[in-house]
Amino acid sequence: MSAIVDQGTDMAAPAAGALEARHRVLSPGRLAIRRAVSHSGFWLGGVTLAVILIAIIFAPLVTGADPSTQDLSLRLAPPIWHAEGAWAHPLGTDHLGRDYLALLLYGGRISLLIGVLTILISTLIGVTLGVAAGYFGGTVDLVVNFILTVRLTLPVVLVALVAVAVLGQSLPLLVLVIGGLMWDRLVIVTRATTQQLAARDFIIAARALGASTPRIFLRELLPNITAPLIVVCTLELARAILLESTLSFLGLGVLPPLTSWGLMIAEAKSQFLFRPWLIAIPGVALAALVLAINLLGDALRDITSPDGKA
Amino acid sequence: MLVFIAKRLGVTALVLLVTSILSFSLVHLAGDPAVAMAGERATPEQIESIRRIYGFDRPFHLQYLQWIGDVLQGDLGRSTYLKEDVAPVLAKHLPVTATLGVFALLFALALSVPLGVVAALRPNSLIDRAALVISVTGQSMPSFLSAIALIFVFGVMLRWLPISGNATLAHYVLPAVALGYYASPAIMRLTRSGMIEVMQSDHVKTARAYGLSAWQTIVRHGLRHAIIPVVAVATVQFGYMLGGSVVIEAVFSMDGIGNLAWLSIRRYDVEVIQAILLIVAATYAVLALLGDLLNAALDPRIRV
Amino acid sequence: MAPLLDVRGLKISIPTHGGLLNPVRGVDLSVDRGETLAIVGESGCGKSMTAQAILGLLPRNARLSAERVAFDGQSLIGLPIRQWRKIRGRRIAMIFQDPMTAFDPCYRMGDQMAEIVRWHRPASANPRAIADMLARVGISAPDERLGQYPHQLSGGLRQRMMIATALLCQPDLIIADEPTTALDVTIQAQILKLLADLQAETSVGLVLITHDLGVVAGIADRIAVMYGGEVVEAGAAEAILGAPRHPYTQGLLDCIPTPGETGRRAALGYIPGVVPRPLGELTACNFLERCARAEAVCRQRPVALSGLPDGRAVRCRLVADGRALAIHEPGREAQPA
Repeated sequence: MSAIVDQGTDMAAPAAGALEARHRVLSPGRLAIRRAVSHSGFWLGGVTLAVILIAIIFAPLVTGADPSTQDLSLRLAPPIWHAEGAWAHPLGTDHLGRDYLALLLYGGRISLLIGVLTILISTLIGVTLGVAAGYFGGTVDLVVNFILTVRLTLPVVLVALVAVAVLGQSLPLLVLVIGGLMWDRLVIVTRATTQQLAARDFIIAARALGASTPRIFLRELLPNITAPLIVVCTLELARAILLESTLSFLGLGVLPPLTSWGLMIAEAKSQFLFRPWLIAIPGVALAALVLAINLLGDALRDITSPDGKA
Repeated sequence: MLVFIAKRLGVTALVLLVTSILSFSLVHLAGDPAVAMAGERATPEQIESIRRIYGFDRPFHLQYLQWIGDVLQGDLGRSTYLKEDVAPVLAKHLPVTATLGVFALLFALALSVPLGVVAALRPNSLIDRAALVISVTGQSMPSFLSAIALIFVFGVMLRWLPISGNATLAHYVLPAVALGYYASPAIMRLTRSGMIEVMQSDHVKTARAYGLSAWQTIVRHGLRHAIIPVVAVATVQFGYMLGGSVVIEAVFSMDGIGNLAWLSIRRYDVEVIQAILLIVAATYAVLALLGDLLNAALDPRIRV
Repeated sequence: MAPLLDVRGLKISIPTHGGLLNPVRGVDLSVDRGETLAIVGESGCGKSMTAQAILGLLPRNARLSAERVAFDGQSLIGLPIRQWRKIRGRRIAMIFQDPMTAFDPCYRMGDQMAEIVRWHRPASANPRAIADMLARVGISAPDERLGQYPHQLSGGLRQRMMIATALLCQPDLIIADEPTTALDVTIQAQILKLLADLQAETSVGLVLITHDLGVVAGIADRIAVMYGGEVVEAGAAEAILGAPRHPYTQGLLDCIPTPGETGRRAALGYIPGVVPRPLGELTACNFLERCARAEAVCRQRPVALSGLPDGRAVRCRLVADGRALAIHEPGREAQPA
């Protein structure tokens, strides 16, 4: 009889003597860290993003120049890798004689700031709607689904353009418009995750123990939504930055005297045949930033998914 | 099946109703259309008469009902800037955008589906990683940037293709690539993950065990299943392209409704903006419905 | 005369993060025309993998090595895909465990069967021949069935159609991987009888893989019992079922109540413990931890297959040493550990 008990309680361990290797079981946190460390996308995206963030945040340290100082005698100076380039303006100057490196870094701040703020707003909207739909189901779910369908039917870029044209082009308004339009994927993911969680035993147990709904939301649901939420937020941040750059490119985004990478590209459009670097520099920066965020988001998705990469 | 279609049609109609209200409200939200129309040097009397002629002095909901009533009868209003009826103007510009959208979708499919299939057949190989790189890069560049890059390489440096206007079919190539490239990653990933899953399924195992050819195994029994969600996504992406063509048409100076919308926004041509928003939304809604129907047609199990 | 299928020393290993898995550790099999070989064992003993290996259908990361895998004199190791397409279906046909998912849900049954048959035996690919075969495997209203989709048919029907498809290809060998496991007990018996009858008619070789010894009696000519990736006992079916020598085989038979003999309160036999993970190399007898008769000598090193005078092969140190193990009596209570 004892043979059964011994074997039965330790199913994971192989029969002693017959086999050699054992395998340890890791906690989810340590498993995630280990996966992250060995994921090439995580490193590539993370390092690139870190470099860009540091350069942008510590802009005054990187370049002493002021992005708004105009020097019309030095307009359209080429960057350092050209024959006539000078270290005074390592990336050259724009059509108003402003230092391009400074414009790039300070413009990056604006792009990033708008991106982060928009995601905060869309997350607020998206999570609220998604959790409500996933948890309560029924009529609430139908209503949220209808709102989602209406939002999906609207052409985002067109509506954003009209909204900005009609409501004005201040920065807070820009953030509100973009944030108010980009919550669809957040709703979808939050709703799906909440639905799965709500059916699981620990939620039912909490209800049976008499926990109030807000308490269940805060203590049980939200901590378990965080992982997929972070993944979606990261990927949506990339899309938000792209949308802002598109609006700025069309002239209905950030306005001078502020600058953003989309605006820089728009202003350089007429020059691109003779001075391609004016577009290439902010273009590469924009692509690099969004690429880094996308890589990081994909890596996070791989790391937090229960079965790893496909 | 008929019940399914009827229900979806009902929902679509409701969605379009709400969308029309939103579009109308948005456009009429700021300021006084009469002032914008009258111009800078108008007198108060002129503004007032414009207000009365165009009905801007009536309550908001009546204005809306008048408009939607006209729309349902085919009258999309009259452009204040162009001094023409909106409907024929849209009809003139729509084919350009539609052609662009079709080409862009075809490009996206031609690029992404084969890439996704090949990547799925050899996961984690060189070609899989290459497909991944193409995919992530596509999602990381805004369409105007891809457009500019394409213009520079193929239009200016190599001089292979025209870069402005929409006179010939060749004019559509670069814009279609720029527009379609953004949709490619989603389609490629979906194809890839769907194929990986289906190639492990039992019926594909049967096909392999009976020595069927590569085409039969991979395409008839594999892709046939994996493509089902792709069809729905592709249809939806087409809808996005119609709305997102604004940027591409602006960069390539094409005569489509995207460009028209852009100009009308700048000119505050209210009637045109409203009409375009509604038409684009309606097209998207119809396409989404079509996507669902195609889904049901392709998979016998869905037809409830 | 050389056997139809001759497998010697088949090993399968799969490298994983936790180490090298060895689901199959050296298997010998052979089947003749008109003969039925039953491979019996628990889940996880490697029998399905062995079958897949014979047809070259292992997952991409699995590594196969064997002294010999010969079919009708031709080696099946390292065949290019073009050669495989001439063998799979046409010379060796496989019947799968789960008839629910073996067919493609998007196409009608008739289309799928015709597709396979047309590929291998175009002459038989006409509706008449297919309908005849369906009738032969006991399906009524064959024309109606051919027009239906898989999800419209029952499991038993689907399995019969699978068998019909296999037969239409006129193979020399059929490998049936747990063909009745997913079916009701009553249907099970019908399918097995069908297979036996068809074999008698066509003298096709049959490899029947199952975990259920009860299925095997009456249809198998020879049995190979597998445990932990190895064959532990092989020989003529009647001999093994009547007088099993390996403790594992004895344990398996003990689990089956014998009508008329097992007393009302007699405890059914069971084999304590679980199948070990196939990790790493063996250092002792694989069955050691679950064997009621294990002795010190069993711990010393892995056990080789040894031949017995009656033509059987047994992988047990004690049997090979000639120690007289008690002859198994059906219905006897199991020994305490």
